[in-house]
Amino acid sequence: MHNNPLTRPTWIAGAMVVLALFLLPAAVPRFYVYMAALILITGLLATSLNMVLGFGGMYQFHHAVFYGIGAYGFALIATKTSLPSWVGYLVAPVVAALLSLIMGLITVRLSKLYFGMMQISLGSLVWALVFRWYSFTGGDDGIHGVCPPEAVSSTTGSYYFTLSVTLVCLWLMYRIVHSPFGRTFQGIRDNPERTSAVGVDVRRHQLAGLVIAGAFAGVAGSLFVTVEGCAFPELLFWTLSLEILVMCLLGGWFIFLGPMFGAAVMMTLRTFVGIYTEYWTMIMGVVLMLIILFLPEGVLGLFKRKTTGDKPAEEEA
Amino acid sequence: MEFAANITAAALFQQILVGLSRTTILFIVSSGLSLVLGVLRIPNIAHGSLYMIGAFMTWSIATVVGGSPAAFWLALAFAPLAVALVSFVVERGIFCRLYDREHLMLLLFTFSLTLVFNDLVKLIWGSDYRSLNAPDFLQGSFSIFGLPFPRYNLFLLLTGPLVALGLWLLTNRTKIGKIARAAAVDREMVSAVGINVSWVFAWVFVIGCYLAGLGGALVAPTQNITQGMDHAIIIEAFLIVIIGGLGNIWGALLGALIFGLTDAIGILVWPQFAIVFPYTAVVIVLVFRPKGLLKSVW
Repeated sequence: MHNNPLTRPTWIAGAMVVLALFLLPAAVPRFYVYMAALILITGLLATSLNMVLGFGGMYQFHHAVFYGIGAYGFALIATKTSLPSWVGYLVAPVVAALLSLIMGLITVRLSKLYFGMMQISLGSLVWALVFRWYSFTGGDDGIHGVCPPEAVSSTTGSYYFTLSVTLVCLWLMYRIVHSPFGRTFQGIRDNPERTSAVGVDVRRHQLAGLVIAGAFAGVAGSLFVTVEGCAFPELLFWTLSLEILVMCLLGGWFIFLGPMFGAAVMMTLRTFVGIYTEYWTMIMGVVLMLIILFLPEGVLGLFKRKTTGDKPAEEEA
Repeated sequence: MEFAANITAAALFQQILVGLSRTTILFIVSSGLSLVLGVLRIPNIAHGSLYMIGAFMTWSIATVVGGSPAAFWLALAFAPLAVALVSFVVERGIFCRLYDREHLMLLLFTFSLTLVFNDLVKLIWGSDYRSLNAPDFLQGSFSIFGLPFPRYNLFLLLTGPLVALGLWLLTNRTKIGKIARAAAVDREMVSAVGINVSWVFAWVFVIGCYLAGLGGALVAPTQNITQGMDHAIIIEAFLIVIIGGLGNIWGALLGALIFGLTDAIGILVWPQFAIVFPYTAVVIVLVFRPKGLLKSVW
């Protein structure tokens, strides 16, 4: 790779951020540790969405379904079975990937926007089932009082666990995006006809991308239950999916860590604006409008362009 | 699991009528969504919010005008127009500058509208429930095979075909409708013959949003008017438009019929999981006809 983006200053900066994140619980009150864990989880979710959205060019409008199913998968293993709750961490990505596979098999042959609308519709079917199936999922109450494994049940413990798993997942996703598979995936985004013409099975690659992204979203879901101790239907409601889409947009979807940055900004904004006004969603809406009007490449995208003098990434029609 | 073991023919008939009146609302709302999708190629997430605004607006107008029987009709006439006005301002103010952006940006823009609209509703009408009575002669029930059927639902059953007829006339018999259909197929060509496509888009968008408002106004007397009533309807309208064929008005009618009837029968057969019936119908349709039942304009 002659254009490796991981230059030396980037390495040093990255290592310092990771070090700071590991030292965080020693420095700040518990609430901030808990907030940081939630930001990492949501950032992981948004990054997994961006694998198919930014790097695959697929309009995945309902990614939160896999997050919610991962959360429910973990919560159900922990509360309804006698299995050790560690098993839940394996079950969550598997059920999320399976669901992603089933939805993908139905939707992947459709054109871009049609695909997105189908995803949002099928995902809502899953939501409706979870919302109504009181005896199994607890219906609109959800599942409360989930006990994660002892080692990770305290605030600090769950934070360190979340941080470690998130870092490993980010590293894995980074490797996938920069693997031959990831390159092909981006080729499909930029020119599906040409990629298909050189002998790539476009649909199979897209399906694989959806399943991988779904699995990582499932991991994020299991982490959420670890931190919060509960799972509820809002985790797979379509508004959350659009919110994480906004996070990807905010950070910039051509940059690997963009969605993580977007998640941090949005979650922080929500927490602190929420203290002053109950109308924070309106503020979020106005911010989103301004971004769409003036910053279509996201904040980090703009920063990258200003610093490297790159041309703006081409938008597809 | 509580299956209703003995469903009488009369109960089934009654439930089908209820389903058909629900179909009316679904058709009106989703035909508006479909119109905008077909011509502007935008999945308007804010459509549900406009439906909710239509319902609240109806309540406000009817309340301000006071108890006279005319109050409801005035509200029914003006609330959708107010919604159309809101959409007109948004379209000309911001939206029309974004048409050359990619679909994803347009979708996210409509999502930002949803966020703003929903908080505005909270700001203006508060978070309490509102309820509205239909005019006196539409209150109460008929008796059909010994089972009650609300008069207002009969009114809805009559309204649905009227709206469908109006839409047919609009798209087939008026100049703007013909231009809009042409723009749906090939907007460059329409633009090339000297028609201002931007204004055609504005009109179509406003008419689509008017239909959302009309749906909200018509539904107002039948249920609690509340925050969050937009969440369910927008997904239902999406599904209906998809199974009908994107952008096809008659597809929206067919989709609404399938959705409304399976939902009504679901309520009769298995109340707890009634919601699953229409969704299952949607999945079955899509497995066999992934592009929808009728021809999509895309």
